[in-house]
Amino acid sequence: MEDKKSLRAPVSQKPHVVPKPEHPEYLGGSITVEINEKKLTVPFGTTILEACKQAQIHIPTLCHHEDLCVAGVCRVCVVEVEGMRTLQASCAFPITAPIKIKTTTNAVRKARKHIIDLLISEHYGECYSCFRNNNCELQSLAKEYGVDHYNFGHVTQPRYEVDNSSYSVVRDMDKCVLCKRCVRTCIDLQEVGVLEAIDRGHNTHIGTFFDKPLAEVICINCGQCINRCPTGALRANDPRDEIWAAIDDPTKHVVIQTAPSPRAAIGEEFGQGAGKSFTGELNTALRRIGFDKVFDTNFTADLTIIEEGTELILRLYKALVKKEIVALPQFTSCSPGWVKYLEHFYPEYIDNLSSAKSPQQMFGALIKTFYAQKAGIDPANIVSVALMPCSAKKFECNRPEMNSSGYKDVDYGLTTRELAQMIKEAGIFLPEMPQSHFDDPFGEASGAGLIFGATGGVMEAALRSVIEFVTGKRVEDVYANADITPVRGFEGIRYAEIPITEVGPVPKLLQHLVPDWNWLKGATLKIAVCHGTANAKKVMEDIKAGGKFSECHFIEFMACPGGCLGGGGQPIPTNEEIRKKRAEAIYNEDKSLPVRKSHENRHVTELYDMFLTDGPCGHISHKLLHTHYVKRGKFIA
Amino acid sequence: MLVVEKNALSEEIESYVEKYGNDRSALLMILHEIQKKHRHISEFAQQEVARLLNIHPVEVYSVISFFAFLNSNPKGRNLVRICQTISCDMKGKKQVVQAIERELGIKIGETTKDNKFTVEYANCLGLCDMGPAMAINDQVYVNLTPEKAVELLSKVK
Ligand code: SF4
Ligand code: SF4
Ligand code: SF4
Ligand code: FES
Ligand code: FES
Repeated sequence: MEDKKSLRAPVSQKPHVVPKPEHPEYLGGSITVEINEKKLTVPFGTTILEACKQAQIHIPTLCHHEDLCVAGVCRVCVVEVEGMRTLQASCAFPITAPIKIKTTTNAVRKARKHIIDLLISEHYGECYSCFRNNNCELQSLAKEYGVDHYNFGHVTQPRYEVDNSSYSVVRDMDKCVLCKRCVRTCIDLQEVGVLEAIDRGHNTHIGTFFDKPLAEVICINCGQCINRCPTGALRANDPRDEIWAAIDDPTKHVVIQTAPSPRAAIGEEFGQGAGKSFTGELNTALRRIGFDKVFDTNFTADLTIIEEGTELILRLYKALVKKEIVALPQFTSCSPGWVKYLEHFYPEYIDNLSSAKSPQQMFGALIKTFYAQKAGIDPANIVSVALMPCSAKKFECNRPEMNSSGYKDVDYGLTTRELAQMIKEAGIFLPEMPQSHFDDPFGEASGAGLIFGATGGVMEAALRSVIEFVTGKRVEDVYANADITPVRGFEGIRYAEIPITEVGPVPKLLQHLVPDWNWLKGATLKIAVCHGTANAKKVMEDIKAGGKFSECHFIEFMACPGGCLGGGGQPIPTNEEIRKKRAEAIYNEDKSLPVRKSHENRHVTELYDMFLTDGPCGHISHKLLHTHYVKRGKFIA
Repeated sequence: MLVVEKNALSEEIESYVEKYGNDRSALLMILHEIQKKHRHISEFAQQEVARLLNIHPVEVYSVISFFAFLNSNPKGRNLVRICQTISCDMKGKKQVVQAIERELGIKIGETTKDNKFTVEYANCLGLCDMGPAMAINDQVYVNLTPEKAVELLSKVK
């Protein structure tokens, strides 16, 4: 999150933050402290932890997370501050005086070791049977402090039942260390508010309303809590066993579609730094694992743009020319976490959601119809897997209405983390794979589909097409290199206006829907982009109050901070720097592609010629590529 | 729950919110009022409080689960709380508890079939010099013996 101020912490949870001075160089703006006898000048209000980081002194942490507010609950980060009777939690101590800090004294070392021993004494779990093995903050603390026996005992029996009621998130509270990162994620960062500390003292645990199963409360399945949990207490619902079984079954034709974000992040699971795409290597690895076909979800992302863009044009046409009442602004619908958020918290606005399915579900419907026909395979024998950066996609493919092919359109949602695990199980080291292409008949996808992975990407992709449709000009003539930078970036909410000064002829694809563009001449297209449901909430409240966002025509919403590249199925850890690097990887790959606009994807135009013959938003596409939503509301029954 | 009952409860909670304000700092006062009147705070009531204070239901539940004097599930008409902390423990809490359990035919944490009593442990009631201590509803009793405890219970309506 770029803008920490945009986090609404409930008053009681709001950390005590000393505002950093605007001009640290002015008198009183900075302060000189002594850390381990070395002097260091930092802006007033810097925490001891941050100061130590600047001084390149490592302090262990557990409850601290860069994306979240200060909690100060685990005390692993204690240091000595001269003159203070007790040790201080460095992550929660803003420097406001020229203090002297010691980070390596006997008292500090002993206290940290005891705290870690105490955490372990309450922890039930065995590392070798845990998905966070080798990527667990509790485990690394134990290693760092040389824990070699259970100093204060150990739990030998499970105390909690594993909650795997949800299609997306599995909770095993026996592994929880009560750091409350998930609570802060769900309440502050996402503003969904599903998790809290329940009970007190020894009985404290993280739970839901009335300790109900997760599937029965208003969880939106975003998985952001998983990405920020330091231990194996939270994980995604893992379909690996079923997928292996399908691959091993010779009667099954197993296909996989891969979304844009996993390829830009999966390298992290193989020890490669963030910010490098492994598209070609991934394709080869997937074939070696045994997938029969490897498709590119970007293809249906292109299709989504055509369908969703057409829908927008139709809505505008109805509103402006026919003076009908239509729901505007139109909201994007590709983020299933966002869709469920809206269904729960703003059900009165479900008509604003684009009826276009997400790219994953469009692909699912096409694989078991168009592709099955073309390849001459009985759709009943096709197992359709979707590689997604997202835990909510697992819920989405299980929505009862997602069966327009007559079968379950997508059988399994697989996350980046889970696929990395499968690749490892197959004995493959991804970065060393030779590169290969996606399979036909969906072999080509545009850069527009690719950038769906980053916040602002859907909007940019839509604009690249809509601008060309309406003005008849090339986007490159309006925005250098077709990079529509006003919608890029990581700011929580972005707003842009695009004046339409001239119009061109209506392209063939849309001729049966609108006669001309004259009604758009001189209009200004107002758009907005936001990511993280806390920001979505701000936009929705503004719309409800009739503010500036209510005048928008089209708004992109993504449930996860950073967009899909920060999704709940992506490699752990996550922070702003990592998310920025993943975005760079995506935008760089977009630049290198020959086709960068959805409507120029020739496979898409072919699909309309051959299969979706009554055009975008026509009957066939409505049956296969569009959906409806449920007014869920907030009440927990 | 009937719709009329729900409406009545909503109205009642609205009146508390009017009285104490809709800031989250009013939460405990509002919960106390509901607890006093209904002897528990139901799922529906908790969600109504959350709605009116603009916080999440799980936060309300979290607070209620934290405080021993607030509860989510209906309890008996009379609440018996026996101090389990060290001074009372040393002065013979165990015998008192056994006597009460025997008399009522239930274990600590349970409610009698006729819904008359719920018996629970409480932490230090602040009467350590006069232990064993227990509270029946809002009234505290000290220097208990097993006989005295049983007699006190028999007087409760
Ligand atoms: S949560 Fe961490 S410490 Fe616990 S079993 Fe899993 S890897 Fe080991
Ligand atoms: S998945 Fe999202 S909504 Fe659900 S508990 Fe986790 S953070 Fe909250
Ligand atoms: S579930 Fe994970 S994030 Fe939540 S409190 Fe437990 S250890 Fe921390
Ligand atoms: S990291 Fe500082 S108290 Fe947990
Ligand atoms: S120990 Fe029982 S009242 Fe204090």
